Amino acid sequence: MVKIRTKDIVDFVVIGSGAAGGVVAKELATAGFRVVVLEQGPYLRERDFAHDEIKMLRQGFLMNDWKRQPNTFRKTESEEAVEQPAIFYGQQVGGGTVHYTANVWRFHEVDFEERTRWGDVPGAALADWPIRYADLEPYYTKVEKELGVSGLAGSNPYDPPRAAPYPLPPLPVKASGKIFEAAARKLGLHPFPAPMAILSQPYQGRPACTQCPYCKGFGCEVRAKSSSLATVIPAAERTGRCEIRAGCRVRKVEMGKGDRVMGAIYFDPRGKEVLQRARAVVVCANGAETPRLLLMSKSNRFPNGLANSSGLVGKYFMVDTGVSAEALFEEPLHDYRGVHVSRVLHDYYDSDPKRGFYGGGGIDARFDWFPINFALGALPREVPAWGEGFKEALAQYFPRTMRLLAHSTCLPVETNSISLDPKVKDAWGLPALRMTYRNHPDDLKVLRFLQQRCVEILEVTGAKKIWTAPVEEFTLTGHLMGTCRMGNDPAKSVVNRDHRVHDVRNLFVVDGSSFVTSGRQQPTCTIHALAYRAADHMVRAAQQGEL
Amino acid sequence: MTELTRRRILELAVASQLPGIAEAQRHAHEAVGSKTGAGGKFESLPAEDAVEVEALASVIIPSGATPGAREAGVVYFIDKALATFDRDKREAYETGLRMVQARRAELFSGSKNIAGLQANEQRRLVESIEHTAFFGLLRLHTVMGFLGRPEYGGNRGEVGWALIGFKE
Repeated sequence: MVKIRTKDIVDFVVIGSGAAGGVVAKELATAGFRVVVLEQGPYLRERDFAHDEIKMLRQGFLMNDWKRQPNTFRKTESEEAVEQPAIFYGQQVGGGTVHYTANVWRFHEVDFEERTRWGDVPGAALADWPIRYADLEPYYTKVEKELGVSGLAGSNPYDPPRAAPYPLPPLPVKASGKIFEAAARKLGLHPFPAPMAILSQPYQGRPACTQCPYCKGFGCEVRAKSSSLATVIPAAERTGRCEIRAGCRVRKVEMGKGDRVMGAIYFDPRGKEVLQRARAVVVCANGAETPRLLLMSKSNRFPNGLANSSGLVGKYFMVDTGVSAEALFEEPLHDYRGVHVSRVLHDYYDSDPKRGFYGGGGIDARFDWFPINFALGALPREVPAWGEGFKEALAQYFPRTMRLLAHSTCLPVETNSISLDPKVKDAWGLPALRMTYRNHPDDLKVLRFLQQRCVEILEVTGAKKIWTAPVEEFTLTGHLMGTCRMGNDPAKSVVNRDHRVHDVRNLFVVDGSSFVTSGRQQPTCTIHALAYRAADHMVRAAQQGEL
Repeated sequence: MTELTRRRILELAVASQLPGIAEAQRHAHEAVGSKTGAGGKFESLPAEDAVEVEALASVIIPSGATPGAREAGVVYFIDKALATFDRDKREAYETGLRMVQARRAELFSGSKNIAGLQANEQRRLVESIEHTAFFGLLRLHTVMGFLGRPEYGGNRGEVGWALIGFKE
């Protein structure tokens, strides 16, 4: 791999190497630019992806470490935040794409014009995106083709228009998918094969999925999961113009002359501070770490944080909203092997005024537990927590359980935010990340509505038993969005429609923070697409001497 | 300090000077080890505590027609965990076991240890502590030891996975 001297001025520094950073690095390097990618996490390889639930799930090997990077949490701005885990994300080269479930359906047209179609929601800041689905469509197609997505075009009657079919056919249907499909059709609903960023066939030198029982939460040692790590990162490196610097934690994006940034200051793996200078900087650190970094990057020009003349950096924080219903069957399903999701439906995707609240979402069928977390968290509440009854339940339920998961909207609320904790520091002496968050009442209503729809579907499957957990406000979340909102008006947004920061010529931000509305959870496909589109603009701007 | 705690060093020192105690400790090791089919040496749990932890784990996931926590070697998982990634939980085990022993003495005067109680007495004991933080930790460790990768010391012969029908 090429090694670029730290004293060189490169064309682009990209901060973060996940769903957005990986794509941006690859596009820029392919277009001929010299790129340094700064990634706080380690550069892992296939041999690191052990089939070990304790290491990966209980110890969070692929995630941020709350001991070294504490979070604080409070519900409202009038409270003092308490130290506790609040956000989680994948922390390694490739980011969350290394270990995610790999659901990659496209946003619908409605997602980009929620405000126009619905109106205002009291207590929320619903807005249209400055782009429309049609602007992003070519890039969704690029995501599917370049990363490798399995699916069936035309199978979802609610899908937005598409220029090309999926490059790969759907993955095999599982017992949970078959049961769900039959039940949903009985109710007149329209289940379709789930689009997944997992190869159903060999593709671009990578093999097809081997249907192992270690998918969500684990790295794929086979390289069948189409993560940034397996796809765009090596492609970026092959250009000979891109260096991935892992274990490098950026603490500040540094201003240069006038309205330009000049580079990024980071701690290298030995803890030494390094300044990497660049003609332009792209921040792709995820919807929580990106605003945190900008807020830490104060200067005379930006006393409230870099890019923050609107005061909106960190605000409108939207999160991972989902709810499930579980079912037990007489016959074993053995659904624990293979890709978790094989069927989805979008019949409840749109908001409907008749419901009396804003919001909607999709429903999928899955089994996404592993032995330990199943025993600890999946069983119905009335099953004994220990003893013969507990042991019997483990033996009976594990092979015979499936669940429906609904993924839904999350409203942008100005008082929901990511900010710097005034007291708590991380292991590098930097301010800890503080989450201020209360679920909007409509978000909870959507979750309850969709949970009932899940139960309704399960009730016609012939399940022996159906159970749910009550919908409650939550305090711990992945899927981090909204905190550097896109928009045309510099007073109401942080980046413009091309992901360039309004008040800084050569600074771009693209990742979950760009989202104006949340979509319906599972944002990775749209993050990838936004990154491809943003990179197009960066390349053009650089070639035209604008940066 | 290395993994040998000060307490363990004292134990060894005392054991070497008092053959009777050493003998008893060795029997305790073997007693636990022989039930699981492998002689065990404990790195963090004192031998008499290991016997009690194993008894409690066996109430959580009992032996019977199918292997339980005992056969899976859960106590070896716990011991190894307390020597490595959960070494900060050792104190919780020390104080937790003291609490359970005190409760045992209250409920069953004349009893000497948990392992020696009848099965229904052990269940009554667990009922009386099931809402404590220590029991929560013990249950978590028992489940991890029963269903985690065998390399961690438990789930011997993959008996935990076999119970739930999980094949890699």
